[in-house]
Amino acid sequence: MKKNDFIVRFAGEGGQGVVTSAEGLAQAATQVGYHAQTFATFPSQIMGGPTWTQTRISTSPVRSSGDELDVLVAFNEEGYNTHKDEVREGGVIIFNSEGFGSELDERSFGMAFDELAKSTGNARAANMVVMGALAYLVNMPQSILEEFVTKRFTRGRDEDAQIIESNIKALSLGRQEVAKSKFSLGDLAEVTKPDYDQILVNGNTALSLGAMAAGLNFYVGYPISPATSVLIWMERNLAGAGKFVYQVSSEIEAITALIGGGYAGKKAMTATAGPGFSLMGEGLGLAWMAEIPLVVIDVQRGGPATGLPTKTEQSDLFSTIFPAHGDVRLPVIAPGTVEECFHAAVIAMNWAERYQGPVVVLSEHALSERNQNIAKPDLSKLKIENRKVYKGDNGYQRYEAQELSEMPLPGGPGAYVANGSEHDGMGDTTHLAKRHVDMTHRRWGKLKLLEDGTYEKENTDADIAILPWGGSKGPAREAYEQLVADGEKIGWYYTMFLHPMPPALVKSLRKKRLVLVPELNYQGQLAFILRANGIKAEAITQYTGLPFKIKDLARRITERIREEKAVTATS
Amino acid sequence: MSAKNPEYDFKWCPGCGDFGVRRAIDAALQQRHVETELPIANNVVVAGIGCSGNMVHLLEGEQPFGFHGIHGRALPIAFGVRMANPDLNVMVVAGDGDFLSIGMEHIAPQAARNLNITAVVMDNGVYGLTKGQSSPTSHLGAITSSTPFGKVEDEAHPLELYLSFGVSYIHSQMSSKVKDLSAAIVDAMNHPGFAIVHVQSPCTTYNDTYELLKGSVKKGIEPQAWEIPADHDVSDREAARALVRKGGVPLGLLYKNTSRPSFDQRVKEMNKKVKVNSVEQLIDALAI
Repeated sequence: MKKNDFIVRFAGEGGQGVVTSAEGLAQAATQVGYHAQTFATFPSQIMGGPTWTQTRISTSPVRSSGDELDVLVAFNEEGYNTHKDEVREGGVIIFNSEGFGSELDERSFGMAFDELAKSTGNARAANMVVMGALAYLVNMPQSILEEFVTKRFTRGRDEDAQIIESNIKALSLGRQEVAKSKFSLGDLAEVTKPDYDQILVNGNTALSLGAMAAGLNFYVGYPISPATSVLIWMERNLAGAGKFVYQVSSEIEAITALIGGGYAGKKAMTATAGPGFSLMGEGLGLAWMAEIPLVVIDVQRGGPATGLPTKTEQSDLFSTIFPAHGDVRLPVIAPGTVEECFHAAVIAMNWAERYQGPVVVLSEHALSERNQNIAKPDLSKLKIENRKVYKGDNGYQRYEAQELSEMPLPGGPGAYVANGSEHDGMGDTTHLAKRHVDMTHRRWGKLKLLEDGTYEKENTDADIAILPWGGSKGPAREAYEQLVADGEKIGWYYTMFLHPMPPALVKSLRKKRLVLVPELNYQGQLAFILRANGIKAEAITQYTGLPFKIKDLARRITERIREEKAVTATS
Repeated sequence: MSAKNPEYDFKWCPGCGDFGVRRAIDAALQQRHVETELPIANNVVVAGIGCSGNMVHLLEGEQPFGFHGIHGRALPIAFGVRMANPDLNVMVVAGDGDFLSIGMEHIAPQAARNLNITAVVMDNGVYGLTKGQSSPTSHLGAITSSTPFGKVEDEAHPLELYLSFGVSYIHSQMSSKVKDLSAAIVDAMNHPGFAIVHVQSPCTTYNDTYELLKGSVKKGIEPQAWEIPADHDVSDREAARALVRKGGVPLGLLYKNTSRPSFDQRVKEMNKKVKVNSVEQLIDALAI
């Protein structure tokens, strides 16, 4: 039987080509029709430090970066020692034999990555040596990689031909070298290219593209891992008439500048991570109070405080839903895949315009760096919403209506005061009890406009269900499919709309005997919120800075189901 | 707006300097309206909070757009408004607590950008609305509700700070000189860059400095305020610094630099280097 799934981990020092190898493999594989997903994790330092990446190639869409490794490529000894135990039985380790001292076992094979690269006349081709070796192990035709190299290095420069030649030579050398090992992992099943257009994109770029497709024209940000790549992308690409992008002096300046931009009619957005989001709290309360449309992306990392800046976690749910003092609860959309990142950004921009207030997109480190092949977004099918703008006479009471009202824009008719103090219809400060009650109802009532979120459901008659959120969707889905294949009776529910949640979903979940929520935080934050909504929810937590493994999740879910059934049997 | 609005019940204390500032702002907006023929709605007045923040509700002329935001953040909100729509005339109104304490971090970036906005700072040397705590401009040793044994910090020197930050237009005024103040605000709004009009606006309840500023022959008090001499070279930053260091409160245009490009110009220049791609093109670049 041919292999349908191929998982490779690259481990070494930052700067050794660990990241480019993983991305290159994904690119080469997707070009001929495989599906691929990459994963990257590294320490918070400019150069070096233990870094590892993973590429999973499959004949069907990839949901997670996978558990056990077919191949570990160790660029140094530390990488070898740290990751060797995660190689599956029958798997292979290729290591850089330059400077290795360990006693190695029979499944390991050493190659001089750099020396082989140098012999091609291109010292930077070490990752091509590795790729050639990998292709040999799963009997991937050399032509696939040659096509990739040719495409990648055709950049309209004089030296293109020479670079392509040396890289192709490196591929061959890698192949020849690993052939000496006599290792083989079996043939990777062949694929045909899908009949629809695809792009290879990571989560942060997908968010950026989605926001821009939805009409983003005002971006103000501040660098912070793992959200910086959104700022960098915007600085390069959010250009042209009527668009503004700027790096400001702090997250406090960013959120308040967005408020100014949203107030003056722009579709405004920023991206940050936990520490920056905390600084934005007061500003988000102001945007809620003064009813200013804007979007904040929080790309979560490990917390609290500086926490784990380059590791993944899902621990900002509380602080994004409840970001500020007073009666505030923000709309939060948490994408679970790279493709959902694109759509989450589009919908967040629409929601902000629709209810005239701040909306949060809750992403996470694992998604931000993940490269994945997705169907090319069809922009003609996107529904783009714009706020209702006031066009009448002066003397307008912007805040008078019970729910939504048209928004005047500075320069136009209907001058009013946008106010962070409790205010009357005109926006003047007031302390009247009745006004505070009415205005509170107005602000909360508008959330009803956002109850159009969709959700996934399967095996709805099971009384125990699993409901993952965000980036845990992938591993949870694989665990779920395994459990179902094993005959377990369990339901599947998923939504990226964490607030407001689709009402029909909440209704269904309330009927369940137990809802298991896999989430990457200590407290079980979504389960906590679901319980407050009358749902018997229980979290399955992990807080290692890494995503769930499928087998761990499957085991923990099974154990919990057994426990629950034992309770029934004894009662 | 307040006269028409029974729900709004905020009042400045009798004799508050902010009354004078209000008259000056109303007059300046009106004058700009007449001179530019642009509607009053073309102006946005952005405030933080406190007594000064209520300015946006208390203006008496035709209503401009207003933003009564949060403590200390009027400048970055104004930055956002201005960059969202460069056709707007954006004015910040703030007190010394709002502008120079919690909001201090926002002055330098706007100065470095030379953002095209005007800030009118009402300095009364005290936190008024929270009932008399010390502010950055309260003097060393000042007895206030939060410094019952005397303030232990040195007082801030706002004009020197503005000069050091590179604020390109700095005007110092007094709230009781409404005509001069109004002219200063008009001039500041016409300045292509970041303009600050720093106004002594005494708090009659917690820090009544009228007598100190104007002096009293009867009580033998020398006036702290003095007019900047007509021969002062407003383009000379060092001369401005020397004037400020003479002490007291200089009144008049202290510094004006029109040689530095405004933020509008800087952004325009930068945009010439940018290649504009459509979303479609950006997506196509990622095609497999």
